[in-house]
Amino acid sequence: MSPDGCAIVTGAARGIGAASARTLAEAGWSVGINYRADSEGASALADEIVQAGGEAVAVQGDVRDPDAVDAVFARMERDHGPVLVLVNNAGIRADGLAAQLGDDDWDEVIATNLSAAFRATRRALGPMLRARFGRVVNIASIVGPRANAGQANYAAAKAGLIGMTKTVAVEVARRGVTVNAVAPGFVETRLTDGIGKEALGAIPARRAGAPEEVAACVGFLASEGAAYVNGATLVVDGGLSA
Amino acid sequence: MTREATNESVQKVIFDGLEEVGAEPAEITRTASFEELDVDSLDVVELAQIVEDEFGVRLEGEDMKGLERVDQVIDLVVARA
Repeated sequence: MSPDGCAIVTGAARGIGAASARTLAEAGWSVGINYRADSEGASALADEIVQAGGEAVAVQGDVRDPDAVDAVFARMERDHGPVLVLVNNAGIRADGLAAQLGDDDWDEVIATNLSAAFRATRRALGPMLRARFGRVVNIASIVGPRANAGQANYAAAKAGLIGMTKTVAVEVARRGVTVNAVAPGFVETRLTDGIGKEALGAIPARRAGAPEEVAACVGFLASEGAAYVNGATLVVDGGLSA
Repeated sequence: MTREATNESVQKVIFDGLEEVGAEPAEITRTASFEELDVDSLDVVELAQIVEDEFGVRLEGEDMKGLERVDQVIDLVVARA
């Protein structure tokens, strides 16, 4: 199902973003695989999707730059119609105890994980309202609603993302637009490299999640079937925060 | 492609747009207020999107603040185009 429009996944060259792009392509969406630096990864993913019979294109653009975000949207709109699905996935971490966390590490994480998602959402909403259909899925985290020492910046950004999700959802709900969040727990991606595997013992599922397991939830929230799910945060953490 | 923004073309797009967001066609005039037309803030956002799609004129939140009547929006779009 892709009603005369397309999808954009930010930070989609690898990890949860890449898996989400695959899932949306399988559901019939033309997908813009946005990336900042990993052009090789993004192009390989676009090729893979096209070879599997889907439609995808790698689109460079640093989400922290409002003009770049606008250009990514304009490119997709020109070639594939209005952007009706937006997955705000681009994210970084720069960990450190709050007492020693530098301004740059604070600012960069907020800029990438929260402010960029807001700007992309703002850019997406007009055409979605007009289409009377839209799906924004924000990739949050269980860190934010829950504490995680060493991630005050990341937690603030992700909690902010969940707050933004709820408020934007109620603003646009009556036009068939939904805004939801997915909150992954420990998922094996490059972002979680270096986090001790001993942490897995605390997860009821006794394993890390796979990016595809998060992408499946993104696919659901982007689907027609999730039309009445709005402002929600879907936790995908193997039971960790249950 | 966007079209030329004349008084007439902008009025037509705005009138059609108001109908699209749910205003009663018989009540849409140049001097009607958004309040009279039961057009709320989200409708105005959609109207701004329609204007952008048709004329390539981007109306930000700041621009729309203080606009209460249909002709004020038409004049703004014509001036900006």
